[in-house]
Amino acid sequence: MADGTARRRQLLMLAPFGAAIAVGAGFWEMLAGMNSGRFDPHDIHAPAQGRRVPAFDLPAQPPGQGFSSAELSAQRQPVLVNFFASWCVPCVVEGSALVGLSRRLPIWGIAYKDKPADAQGFVSRTGSPYRRLAADRSGMTAIDWGVSGVPESFLIAPGGLITWHIAGPLDEGTIEAGLLPALRKLA
Amino acid sequence: MRRLGPLLALVLTLVLTLAPLGARAVDDPSEMLANPQQEARAERIGAQLRCLVCQNESIEDSQADLARDLRRVVREHVAAGQSNRQVIAWMVQRYGNFIRLRPPFDLATLLLWGMPLLALLAGGTAAALGWRRAAASRPAPAPLSAAEHDRLQELMQPRAGSG
Repeated sequence: MADGTARRRQLLMLAPFGAAIAVGAGFWEMLAGMNSGRFDPHDIHAPAQGRRVPAFDLPAQPPGQGFSSAELSAQRQPVLVNFFASWCVPCVVEGSALVGLSRRLPIWGIAYKDKPADAQGFVSRTGSPYRRLAADRSGMTAIDWGVSGVPESFLIAPGGLITWHIAGPLDEGTIEAGLLPALRKLA
Repeated sequence: MRRLGPLLALVLTLVLTLAPLGARAVDDPSEMLANPQQEARAERIGAQLRCLVCQNESIEDSQADLARDLRRVVREHVAAGQSNRQVIAWMVQRYGNFIRLRPPFDLATLLLWGMPLLALLAGGTAAALGWRRAAASRPAPAPLSAAEHDRLQELMQPRAGSG
């Protein structure tokens, strides 16, 4: 009998160590994920993906004429909607990737909370990747899309369904790993 | 005078640590609603909504541009007579549950909300087990000796003449 209780007591002593090891492994997994990009605690997981584009009708952003959600939904090919601003540094970085991408699919730009002249200068400097341009001066349309900061891009399927979304700049990595697979699904 | 030193330090510490609790980023009076009850309600709602730029501040605390826009939306909706629940639902519809600083109770947050109860149960069980074991291992009292037994009998006899 004494042997049995001693074993049980030993096992009970091990329980806190087991719990500590499990918690440690969990934290290790989180930190490793943050390093490799698998896990991002700042990711907002805005629920735009899988929904239809919210209703909007935005005014012109020179040199573009502005566009509405109806026009966007009426497209017969996929469109990438890109929120940008001239005051946003990652948008500048993203510029060359967008220009390259604009040869594969039309990109519609929405200038977020920007002065028209500044946004126009920005577009001409980046090499005008945008097929169409509109201005969201109040930033309220961006809120309807769940935009938390520029740049953000949304892939719109014909008919107006948002099938892919990235809250951050597009570069070779995110285009290869995220956008192109999503685009192939629509083809 | 020397006695006042520590007291002064204490008061100063309290003031400095508690002061930020009252501070709000809404320092521009034009942002605030004219109706103080509505303004108070808007502040309560805003304090529950995460600023998506700074992420660990509420939109009431944050100086970020987006937080200011969201504060304005909250105030517009409150002024239009919407309930707290409606305003928060409007935000969650756009930004998901991440925008709520107090996560809702659902399947994904079951463990989070259930943790205090689980901890209480685990602690209670451990305490009860420990208690029982301690009680079991306590040596049983030695049986009474013959003299003690007689003395007890004597004590328990109703005393003659006392009734």
